[in-house]
Amino acid sequence: MTYEEVIFYAVATLTVAGALGVVVSRNVVHSALFLIVALLAVAGIFVLLAAEFLAIVQVLIYGGAVTILILFAMMLTRVRDLPTAVDGPQKPVAVLAAGAFMVTSIVAVLSTEWPGQTDKINVISFNDIGEVLYRNWAMPFEIASLVLMVALIGAIILARGEEGE
Amino acid sequence: MIPIDRFLVLSTILFSLVMYGVLARRSAVLILMSVELMLQAVSINFIAFAVYLSPQRFTGMIFAIFVITIAAAEVGLALAIILRMYRNRATANVDEADTMKW
Repeated sequence: MTYEEVIFYAVATLTVAGALGVVVSRNVVHSALFLIVALLAVAGIFVLLAAEFLAIVQVLIYGGAVTILILFAMMLTRVRDLPTAVDGPQKPVAVLAAGAFMVTSIVAVLSTEWPGQTDKINVISFNDIGEVLYRNWAMPFEIASLVLMVALIGAIILARGEEGE
Repeated sequence: MIPIDRFLVLSTILFSLVMYGVLARRSAVLILMSVELMLQAVSINFIAFAVYLSPQRFTGMIFAIFVITIAAAEVGLALAIILRMYRNRATANVDEADTMKW
């Protein structure tokens, strides 16, 4: 096993462990902390895929902003005070559905012949990403910024509350 | 080098785990956390396909950037909706928000 594989398996184990912690933890604050672990481990996976730009964005947006936002929402909705029944009665069905999906997809992935070179990473440089993003994808980029602005205004209006509340 | 299958299997495992979370949890905040991880699994897939299979066009990479952007907008808006629901109904559980259920 090469050192690359060792690192990959370590980071992959961390990712799966974090995700498992998010979905099975009884305490919602622990879930949020496991979420941070999982998201940072996914940033590690991005580094292994030679996508450093996305790894940096991942750490900035998910490691910082999103987890803080989720912890704030937990504080404001007092999820912690709820009784310990955090899972619904549909739990067995959920296990069945997720398990069936996992088995089917893994079989499908492993039995597919991918075209091209499937064991060599092609490093995509920052320059190429910037050029393609601002030239070929300029319109979707602008629309994405519009979406962000609308979401921002909408979130403020929704969360602000009515007068005299 | 690591073959592409490993990354695809990893993202599948991640996606199914959090799919269980989305289906089984009651609290809207916990469901939202699982949805965020689902989008992460999809991003891993996109980037894996971009760097292994289409290095000339790497559309997957650009798409992963858009996924992260839209996920940020989504989490802000969803948390505002959850806050509003909590204020109106004093609960953040999705199975108690059943006004439209007949």
